[in-house]
Amino acid sequence: MSYVYAFIIGGLICVIGQLLMDATKLNPPQVLVLFVTSGVILTALGIYEPLVKIGGAGATVPLPGFGYALAKGVFKGINENGLLGIFTGGVEATSGGITAAVVFGYTMAILFSPKTKS
Amino acid sequence: MARRMKTQEKKEFQKLVDSNNPKPNLLLNCFWAFSVGGLICIVGQFLHNTIESVFKLSHLESTNVTTLIMIFIGAFLTGIGVYDKIGKVAGAGSIVPITGFANSVVSPAMEFKREGFIFGVAAKMFSIAGPVLVYGITTSVIVGIVYYFIR
Repeated sequence: MSYVYAFIIGGLICVIGQLLMDATKLNPPQVLVLFVTSGVILTALGIYEPLVKIGGAGATVPLPGFGYALAKGVFKGINENGLLGIFTGGVEATSGGITAAVVFGYTMAILFSPKTKS
Repeated sequence: MARRMKTQEKKEFQKLVDSNNPKPNLLLNCFWAFSVGGLICIVGQFLHNTIESVFKLSHLESTNVTTLIMIFIGAFLTGIGVYDKIGKVAGAGSIVPITGFANSVVSPAMEFKREGFIFGVAAKMFSIAGPVLVYGITTSVIVGIVYYFIR
């Protein structure tokens, strides 16, 4: 059953992105920035957490899920370390993803070259 | 006066451009975005469930490991040229998931390889990922400051 909810929630988040791109002429980088930022704010307002509870990977795999992890990390950091947590919590929680993007991204970019358009 | 003429002409030209642009098929685009985006999330859910049960990791750890693997998959598929093919059909369905974030790292890095490994690959990796991190992290700090005072 978790797969059905992941599909629906994940699909719907992508549809919002598609609507934004088609209707408002936002380009992909702008959508990505908007989605991460909204993920942080929606988590802070307590709106994103229920989506994660229902949708699982459907809510954590799309980019707002990155914002969700950032916000959750900051709250955890503050609860554990106080003021310092504001600065350490977010990246701490997302460090795996950031490092993976840097290392895997770099490796793949070195290993492969862009395919010539046929 | 001349300047006004110019803006007038520009507007008319823009109208002409708009009328000749093919209208995006909204419904079809949304269908593909939904299907492909949803499928990518199903892959994520499958990885998550597998990791959680096989390696006996906590829920949060499994989520983190899933993110790592998804980023690897996205970066690899971009490298071998498959991800961009998916993206042509899927639109936001391939951009919004974390695999699309990996794609946005690898794609410009590969493209600008001839400009060298520092100003080409390493700098261009962040042409899209950079802004995402800047706004994501900055927003999280603002939210954190508010939370610190009202908790």
